[in-house]
Amino acid sequence: MAASIYLRRRIVNVIALVASACATLLGLVFLAWILWTTLKSGVGAIGPHLFTRITAYADQGGLSNAIVGSLIMDVMALLICAPIGVLAGTFLAEYANRTRLGAIIRFLNDILLSAPSIVLGLFVYVIVVLPMSSLTHGAVSFSGFAGSVALALIGLPVIVRTTDEMLQLVPGTLREAALSLGIPQWKMTVQVLMRAATSGIVTGVLLALARLAGETAPLLFTAFGNNFMTVHPLDKMESLPVAIYQYTNDPSPDLHAIAWAGALLITLFILALSLLTRLLFSRHKVRYD
Amino acid sequence: MFTSSRSMFRLGAIAFAAACALGSLSAQATDITGAGSSFVYPVISKWSAAYAEKTGNQINYQSIGSGGGIAQIKAGTVDFGASDMPLDEATLAKFGFAQFPDVIGGIVPAFNVTGVAPGKLVLDGKTLAGIFLGTVSKWNDPAIAALNPGVRLPDAKITVVHRSDGSGTTFNFSDYLSKVDATWKSKVGEGTAVNWPTGIGGKGNEGVSAYIRQIPNSIGYVEYAYALKNNIGYAVMKNAAGKVVQPNTASFQAAAATADWASAKNFNLLMTNAPGADAWPITATSWVIVYKQPKNAANGKVILDFFKWSYENGQDAARSLDYVPLPANLVSQIENYWKTEIK
Amino acid sequence: MAPTPAHQLASDADRRSHRDARHDAWFRRLLKGCALLVLATLLGAALSTLWGGREVLFKDGFHFLTSSTWNPVADDYGALAPIYGTLVTSLIALVLAVPVSFGIALFLTEIAPNWLRGPVATAIELLASIPSIIYGMWGLFVFVPFMASIEPTLSDTLGKVPLIGKLFDGPPLGLGLLTAGIVLAVMILPFICAVMREVFQTVPTRLKESSYALGSTTWEVVWDIVLPYTRSAVIGGIFLGLGRALGETMAVTFVLGNAYDLSGSLLMPGTSISSSIANEFNEAVGTHRSALIALGFLLFVVTFIVLLIARLMLRRLSRREGN
Repeated sequence: MAASIYLRRRIVNVIALVASACATLLGLVFLAWILWTTLKSGVGAIGPHLFTRITAYADQGGLSNAIVGSLIMDVMALLICAPIGVLAGTFLAEYANRTRLGAIIRFLNDILLSAPSIVLGLFVYVIVVLPMSSLTHGAVSFSGFAGSVALALIGLPVIVRTTDEMLQLVPGTLREAALSLGIPQWKMTVQVLMRAATSGIVTGVLLALARLAGETAPLLFTAFGNNFMTVHPLDKMESLPVAIYQYTNDPSPDLHAIAWAGALLITLFILALSLLTRLLFSRHKVRYD
Repeated sequence: MFTSSRSMFRLGAIAFAAACALGSLSAQATDITGAGSSFVYPVISKWSAAYAEKTGNQINYQSIGSGGGIAQIKAGTVDFGASDMPLDEATLAKFGFAQFPDVIGGIVPAFNVTGVAPGKLVLDGKTLAGIFLGTVSKWNDPAIAALNPGVRLPDAKITVVHRSDGSGTTFNFSDYLSKVDATWKSKVGEGTAVNWPTGIGGKGNEGVSAYIRQIPNSIGYVEYAYALKNNIGYAVMKNAAGKVVQPNTASFQAAAATADWASAKNFNLLMTNAPGADAWPITATSWVIVYKQPKNAANGKVILDFFKWSYENGQDAARSLDYVPLPANLVSQIENYWKTEIK
Repeated sequence: MAPTPAHQLASDADRRSHRDARHDAWFRRLLKGCALLVLATLLGAALSTLWGGREVLFKDGFHFLTSSTWNPVADDYGALAPIYGTLVTSLIALVLAVPVSFGIALFLTEIAPNWLRGPVATAIELLASIPSIIYGMWGLFVFVPFMASIEPTLSDTLGKVPLIGKLFDGPPLGLGLLTAGIVLAVMILPFICAVMREVFQTVPTRLKESSYALGSTTWEVVWDIVLPYTRSAVIGGIFLGLGRALGETMAVTFVLGNAYDLSGSLLMPGTSISSSIANEFNEAVGTHRSALIALGFLLFVVTFIVLLIARLMLRRLSRREGN
């Protein structure tokens, strides 16, 4: 009897483990499949011109202005949403965990997660682009800055959600130990809790970056796009997703190839960043016990 | 963590300031912004690259859609708009706009039927309307067979593919069907997006053409340039004069030339179902929308100069992208219009 | 060095505790400000869609909710088909992505050898960084034909099963609700998986080791120890994925078929709220534009209801467990 129960438990275990390995394989197969498609379709367009020529020259051009624009806007967006998101997430986890306000904000944050990006773009159009345009009499309207704000709104809820979750998982004993040494709560939060949750928070920021870096819809009405090179945050600014979006609907197959190559660039950019952060933060890894 | 985030912030602030400084140093000659129709995007961006090399003035045109283009010029956030639909008299007057056509292109029915070679399928307006209404539902329907004697049509259900996104292509296509078929006009009508009686929607030209390629016995419609560059089989059409015409530069130009521009105030005229004997029936243009009295007069001048330049020097570029330049008489009409309407 | 007088020590400590209290208050205000900003953003975005969609919502909101007609030419709009498509595709995506994500997280935290964990985790996270338009293009050019080739088999096998058979009935076009759901599942998988993996690692080793010491199998440790310990965060991760699925536009648009139909079969084309907006917004003017923005507002409402139901179910679950 006992042996048969043991056997059943063993069988269940083996099935579960095999299934989980299969799930992993499935995920990897999809990744390889999509990357392979991207690579195959974009390989014709990959070359130095991609980084040296601007989109104005279309099929004789490259993506240099789009790459620069994307870098500027993604970084600015992260600079806006990472601090706000981490602080807001900290508030939820540490100060408002069981309060009504916390519950409301948490709930609304989840809704914000699913807000269609185009709606957030329109919102930024109304609160940033139009006021700037009327303040400057049309001299500044769409801008890289407005694009960054829109992207930040897309990344924000992801960071809030993950920071909140990660901090809640830091054992209470760590808090008690720190506070009993007499250090103020803010210091405990920043130097003990956040450090303990660093790896999780960084994962959240990376997920946010991954999500916002590929967004097209919110940029059309905020950063607009620019076929020429610009680095001024108040200029209309090109970005990789917008260039990809424009090129996929173009009749020219050469431009389709550039679009695929652009997609590959975004993916590689995120890959490089996540490898880099992993390298930076792996030293900080804190064990919980 | 704390110190690193602080230094990151500082780094960002420095980068931002540097970018601002750099940007203001490199203030360009003149920066003009236009937005709207995606139909003309390839050709306007090609023109703008050449124009920038020649004059240093940068015309930054983005295809955010005709609706978006109209909304943005109304809001004054761009210097000119481009729309696949002409604006009516009242709107033009209310906002102080002028409008004029820029370039011509065609729309072709594209199909995928085994055994029927591209260019070998003949359709007329009524039959096409019937197919898209769902009343002509099989390929061997007598209506299709009558137009194609000698072509072996399969006894298979027709899968209709249309654009799912709002587009000027759909607008011109549905306008054509409305002109030739009363049922279509009353049941569906014309618009950038319509209530399709049947079929599936593909996003953009690439969505529609991918579905046509993948689904046997399907039919849809795409821009001529797209069909040509991506090897999609298209049908030929019987036009208003009753003649079967091939879609090509000549037949598009014939449509533009026979359209009655002279009596169309503010160029408010659609070229679909044009009367010419050699006219391709689904020919389209898009309209540039500008302020009659631009807030920035210098910018206004550059815009007109750009289009004047493109009418004169952009013809090869247009042809290389399978668009058709405007006929000479229309260009001189537009230049007169500028003199009288735009300050 | 003379010893510091006792009263000075006391006042030092006093001053310090005052300063700390002041800093704490400021810190708290800063955090609260950020949290309120999140609140304001959402309310602002939601209200701006309510305002933008007022023409349709307030004129005949009931008709808008209950009609499945979508006719831009006649300016007659009903949101039923997009709502239906959004819910069905997101549900398919969750049903597929949650177990797979769980499997991957389990593999990465408990089974895989150490050297394999980093690379595989990075690879899975990479799925999140592929731009959604690429999912759309890949879906359109590669996955739809693949689905078209297996759908006849699906219809012949699952389609014959009573009750669920109707779901797999239809022409093998390759596109439709099921295809969109699968593509969405691949897209949200890395989000759910990353959170699960991250929180599984936070489970104190002593908990797991105690369980192993009692003779538990790996599966039992994960199912009975790790999962309950991290349940709230795991559900948070699922919401993260659900949020993305509900709001995703580009990828869905390319493979959904975009027909304003209410179809019982998963193989038929449909439409979704966000893909309708993305499809038609650029060219829309007047009432049409207003109807699309009203759809955006409806997505907020739909998400609100979906999350509310999820919350209520969770509360009932935890009550049953006696927490």
